Amino acid sequence: MTRIAIDPITRIEGHLRIEVEVDGGTVRDAWSSGTMFRGLENILRGRDPRDAWMLAQRACGVCTTVHALASVRAVEAALGITIPQNAHLVRNLIAGSQFVHDHVVHFYHLHALDWVDVVSATNADPAKTAALQQSLSDWKNNSPTYFQGVLDRLKGFIGTGQLGPFAFGYWGHPAYRLSPEANLLAVAHYLEALEWQRGIVRIHAILGGKNPHPQTYAVGGMALRMANDAPTGLNRTTAGQIASAIAAAKAFVDKVLIPDVAYIAGEYRDWAAYGRGIGNYLVYGDFSDRPGDAASLIFPPGRIIGRDLSKVEPVDQEKIAETVAHSWYSYSSGDQKHPYEGETRPEYTGPNPPYETLADSEAYSWLKAPRYDGRAYEVGPLARVLVAYASGRAEVKAAVDGFLSRTGLGKDALFSTLGRIAARALETQILVNHLQGWLDQLVANMNGGQLQIADSASWQPGSWPAEARGWGAEEAPRGALGHWVVVKNQKIENYQLVVPSTWNGSPRDAGGNRGAWEESLIGTPIADPEQPIEVLRTVHSFDPCMACAVHVFDPTGGASTEIRVV
Amino acid sequence: MVERDHLDLASALEVRGVSRRRFLKYCAAMAAALAMPPAFAHTIARGLQASPRVPLIWLEAQDCAGNSEALLRAEKPTVAEVILDTLSLDHHHLLMAASGKRTEKAIEAVREQFPAGYVVVVEGSIPLADGGVYCMVGGRTFAEMARDVCNGALAVIAVGSCAWDGGLPAASGGLTGAVGVAGWLGDSGVKVINLPGCPLNPGNLTALIVQYLSTGRWPDTDPFGRPLFAYGDTVHQQCESLPHYRAREFVREWGDEGHRKGWCLYQMGCKGPSTNANCSTLKFNGGTSWPVGAGHPCVGCTTPRFWDTMAPFARVGGPLDLPAPTPVDYRTPVPGTPRPGGTAKPGDPTGTPGAAEPGEGAENTPLYVGIGAAVAAGAAGLGGFAALRARNRANPGADQPHEPPAAGPDEGDSQ
Repeated sequence: MTRIAIDPITRIEGHLRIEVEVDGGTVRDAWSSGTMFRGLENILRGRDPRDAWMLAQRACGVCTTVHALASVRAVEAALGITIPQNAHLVRNLIAGSQFVHDHVVHFYHLHALDWVDVVSATNADPAKTAALQQSLSDWKNNSPTYFQGVLDRLKGFIGTGQLGPFAFGYWGHPAYRLSPEANLLAVAHYLEALEWQRGIVRIHAILGGKNPHPQTYAVGGMALRMANDAPTGLNRTTAGQIASAIAAAKAFVDKVLIPDVAYIAGEYRDWAAYGRGIGNYLVYGDFSDRPGDAASLIFPPGRIIGRDLSKVEPVDQEKIAETVAHSWYSYSSGDQKHPYEGETRPEYTGPNPPYETLADSEAYSWLKAPRYDGRAYEVGPLARVLVAYASGRAEVKAAVDGFLSRTGLGKDALFSTLGRIAARALETQILVNHLQGWLDQLVANMNGGQLQIADSASWQPGSWPAEARGWGAEEAPRGALGHWVVVKNQKIENYQLVVPSTWNGSPRDAGGNRGAWEESLIGTPIADPEQPIEVLRTVHSFDPCMACAVHVFDPTGGASTEIRVV
Repeated sequence: MVERDHLDLASALEVRGVSRRRFLKYCAAMAAALAMPPAFAHTIARGLQASPRVPLIWLEAQDCAGNSEALLRAEKPTVAEVILDTLSLDHHHLLMAASGKRTEKAIEAVREQFPAGYVVVVEGSIPLADGGVYCMVGGRTFAEMARDVCNGALAVIAVGSCAWDGGLPAASGGLTGAVGVAGWLGDSGVKVINLPGCPLNPGNLTALIVQYLSTGRWPDTDPFGRPLFAYGDTVHQQCESLPHYRAREFVREWGDEGHRKGWCLYQMGCKGPSTNANCSTLKFNGGTSWPVGAGHPCVGCTTPRFWDTMAPFARVGGPLDLPAPTPVDYRTPVPGTPRPGGTAKPGDPTGTPGAAEPGEGAENTPLYVGIGAAVAAGAAGLGGFAALRARNRANPGADQPHEPPAAGPDEGDSQ
């Protein structure tokens, strides 16, 4: 009997602990614990609702900007504001490029090291790596000389004996399956993606002043300077710079990301059987052509239950509630609350630090447990792609079918760790293909003298109702994101965020039902409890984004259980 | 010998894929960033030859990883150059391959091989309430872990406003007892350098590190432990909209004619006149733009307790109910404060904002409280702040707006 606790889970945003129980080399149970709490919701109370986005944006610096958008949408919904088309397009461009940036960084810098053995790459034959690259795409960096250069750089680096971020990895683990040549290819793209990502975020710098944490949102639109002849902001010149950044981003996605993901998926086909998870998927929907134009949503809202793609259920935000039965919070009354009535009252009941395990504690996480009509759901790229696929969205359907035929995988493979990785890559490509269209519309509007960027009619608090409330829904890179705001007497009366990683990383609810990460770990093979790389693969496939933690165990509890903190 | 040295280094770097030309260009750019004469590039080149590379331990507390992401956006050097050539990034949760217990091994290895020879970066605030349970790493409180690691460091760099003075978790309504790094380490004697901002500008972090690697000295700092090369001037002093401020040309509404023409954002709530930072000159993301350039006011994120003292951020039209902006020039020593350039000792009540955390002797921090209160309420005359005011009055900057712009365009508007 072995219990394994992994804390911290790295290559995520935030503080996550995972504990798992392993029996016969297979995960039988799992606990996901968020181990950091800041109290953002309490800090938002009493403030000017027009300032909320500025604070809320700081919920996350990795998926930066997404909370700003959800926040202005919530306040605009409360105040009944419809933003102008230009602001809608700018928001689409910022959010869309955020997806592309975030997903590429996730794959190469946060996830790839679970599949790619960096040390093995030093044994590669650069000529063979070049041949592999040429077989995958016509990406420009494909010569033996280029890969020899990468190999020399890598060897020189490792030769110093200071491995930096690559130290203490699970190198040589039998679960690593790529050839040295493929590993070298991936290391080369790891380094290229580091350079590449600085380029695409310049779109945010132009439209938002900086990245991370762009700073041009405004309740009612955008505080963006926009005119062909504007000295700074969005003008004729910077529109051209954005177009160049989009073209560079698209080239990398088409010729590097997609081929790499398809290749690696092909080498790890057995992972289409692991990490299946809850099988319920929730999407709020996002990326329309015009404000409120539901028919044009690239990702439509909907729910899929029990992996049944024949039916897409509607979404009604009134049916969302959070429970705290296994979280370090207390409610003044009742055991579940809709976010409008939500409370954030921390009450730590875990063991006194330092501790070795949290799984024995009744409450074991700073995450609440959001549920839709009492049910746990998975959110994120896989949910979006499945709901769009089941809704018959041609663009998504073509992308998914193309990927499946390219890799020879069946549709059932989508409900898995591998499916999550594939879905993330596919939606990256779908969105990068839309960026130029949104920019073109903005340029056309500038050329035509349509320059309105905000609706300021409701800017002054005197125009607001005494009490109002609104829901800001969004699809963030990691999944369905909602902000709920109650405005009273011109101040924030209540504010609640239910974020993607709260859905996915939630602890058990009052009924004992696991959250998505916990459920997806059940059945995962563990070759070596001291090196549980398999746990990382599935947890990272969700792209966790918060202070959290997961436990790994071998059989349940009991005096004979050995706890290993690895 | 200088030539010889850096040629050797350049050769070494070529093995790592960094061309000689690129390396020398980089050294020259760094010299410029630090406002040093061109010849200083040779000193930088020599300093970077140090082998082994200086280990860097990056710790994340109550954070959003925004400063880590900012590091990924660094341009000179790039993050790849930082990881592979400049430093040894031995511990950084966002990027490191190791997970779980092995992350602690990474720290132990550094401390064994380089006792007292590593640099620590802390991102995020440190929660002290309820025994520290609001931020736990590996089953231990972050607070305990951080004190342990920081105590052996050459210096601790607090990146972002949360690590400086508690930032967002310490804002009004926060329940976790969040403090900044200096506030937590107290008088342990550890050198703390603060790079506030939300997030910080990565150019300031790389410039700071390169200066240290090339000279062995940390840059001169103001009484808040902020390097003068980055926080010596106000945003307003170098703002591209300053001519419009002088001409009393103000934006009144998002997207109005003035907004499109790049007029001054002061009437929209800009905090640039009372914010010390180099955003307007360094800009962000490779010099692409900055908030004012994009069209939004500065929110004063390098200012003490800015989430409370600078809020509300949303303002429009006049007359202003903002306090008179009060620029503070930290380049000259203020009586009763540590000399800029000397170590702003953690725990020194006049030295760091962290010392003004609730329950940590805030009543003994006239300078800090004075500035915070004055910015918040427009009041002046508290303790050390009065001295600052007096000195500024004695030597007023021509473009420093002590009063809200008066007359003409402001009158007749209603809030």
